[in-house]
Amino acid sequence: MRYSSLSLLRQGLAGHEGWPQAWRSPDLKPSYDAVVIGGGGHGLACAYYLAKVHGIRRVAVLERGWIGGGNTGRNTTIVRSNYFFPESVALFDFALRQYEQLSEELNYNIMLSQRGIMNIGHSDHQMEMMARNVNAMLVNGIDVELLDAQQVRSELPMANFSPDARYPIMGGFTQRRGGVARHDAVAWGYARAADALGVDIVQNCEVRDFRIEGGRVVGLETSLGPVSAGAFGLSASGHNGVLAKKAGFRLPLTSYALQAMVSEPIKPVLDTVAMSWATGMYVSQSDKGELVFGAGLDLYPSYAQRGNLPVTQGVVAGMLEIFPLFRGLRMLRQWAGIVDVPWDYSPILGPSPVGNLHLNTGWGTGGFKATPAGGYFLAHSMATGGHHPISAPFDISRFHTGAFIDEAAGAGISH
Amino acid sequence: MLLIPCPWCGPRDEPEFSFGGEPVARPVPAERVSDAEWADYLYFRDNDKGPHTEIWCHSGGCGQWFVMERDTLTHAVLSARKPGGAA
Repeated sequence: MRYSSLSLLRQGLAGHEGWPQAWRSPDLKPSYDAVVIGGGGHGLACAYYLAKVHGIRRVAVLERGWIGGGNTGRNTTIVRSNYFFPESVALFDFALRQYEQLSEELNYNIMLSQRGIMNIGHSDHQMEMMARNVNAMLVNGIDVELLDAQQVRSELPMANFSPDARYPIMGGFTQRRGGVARHDAVAWGYARAADALGVDIVQNCEVRDFRIEGGRVVGLETSLGPVSAGAFGLSASGHNGVLAKKAGFRLPLTSYALQAMVSEPIKPVLDTVAMSWATGMYVSQSDKGELVFGAGLDLYPSYAQRGNLPVTQGVVAGMLEIFPLFRGLRMLRQWAGIVDVPWDYSPILGPSPVGNLHLNTGWGTGGFKATPAGGYFLAHSMATGGHHPISAPFDISRFHTGAFIDEAAGAGISH
Repeated sequence: MLLIPCPWCGPRDEPEFSFGGEPVARPVPAERVSDAEWADYLYFRDNDKGPHTEIWCHSGGCGQWFVMERDTLTHAVLSARKPGGAA
């Protein structure tokens, strides 16, 4: 069924009891042309692009839990492409441009809200870094604007502009095309569109081992039995390293817990995404009215999907320092997702060291915004056996050649 | 909050410590180490889920480095010891 105002009206008049299933729950078949490991937004997008762009319809997505239940449902829903290096801009702006027309393409409202993302600078040094970054971004064709303190104040009047502020606000820069999108809807929209093209989405299916013959992956052992295919895609975010070891190689990644949290809902007060360079804290307000916020990693390896109190306290303190008016709010929920962080904070894409297995790994703390790109370029690698020009600089070989795309240093702050 | 047993100072709270990575052995001699071996030493890690051997520093305390076994899934601290033959 095509979703539209008319279908909503019809179904509404019929008591909303006639909506068809959005995607099937098929049994795992013994063989496919392509199998994607990981049913988050990236994996589902990959399956969709395999079917749509490459005409490969015998595709399965294997998800250990439920689709979109990992980091797709755990991020802070921010989309943006304000990166430093041209390689990163090509990658992340590709994703943002896909997001800009994705609701129409998938016939599924992903609730993209391009409310802008405001980076706040608190010192002369940060303002110099911002000017440098903005210049680089403008050269790369990204819509960013450097703002002085008065301009920031006109857009964020509730921020802490008091003369005795611990972190005085001296300016900032904004990307107006940045914003937020409904993360669940991205997974569900891709799932529904992929299913309509014949893709099997198999949930509660854990990949336990790889069957490797002559240096190539020929099949998987799963909790639902064996499956073989001509190409495999690895797209399991924090667990990519665990799965890679089962396939016989290691990745230059460390898995950390990244926390996020929401306050109780309040009336609309914050109409952009705000990010402070002093505290690393970012905050936006959801459509339900909750403040959604987070900051840095718990800086030791973790698969626990929960962060620890010291970082939680630091995140909350950082937000209250910049937005003291939120001091009286109660916290509703706190959680963490496990993110696979590479040394240069740029993803690792394309063919893996083992034949037939392709990588969509290392998105670290910034995976949601890249969902369409991760899916698109993994599909390209699986279908063609090689890189798309945009994903080529992100090949794993850069860890041997030293040709890093060092956004950890370039962007000046983790994301 | 992790309660970390520093081998020199005894149990202290997590914010006093810094994670320093997985223990790795530097390949030698340098002139015979290939690019692949060097990259493996610098960047490629086990990143295990479950029991995991790690180097930590009591950076906000005695400043000493030590080896800790920790479960990355449960966050349980399994053991901590002084590195090498340190007394």
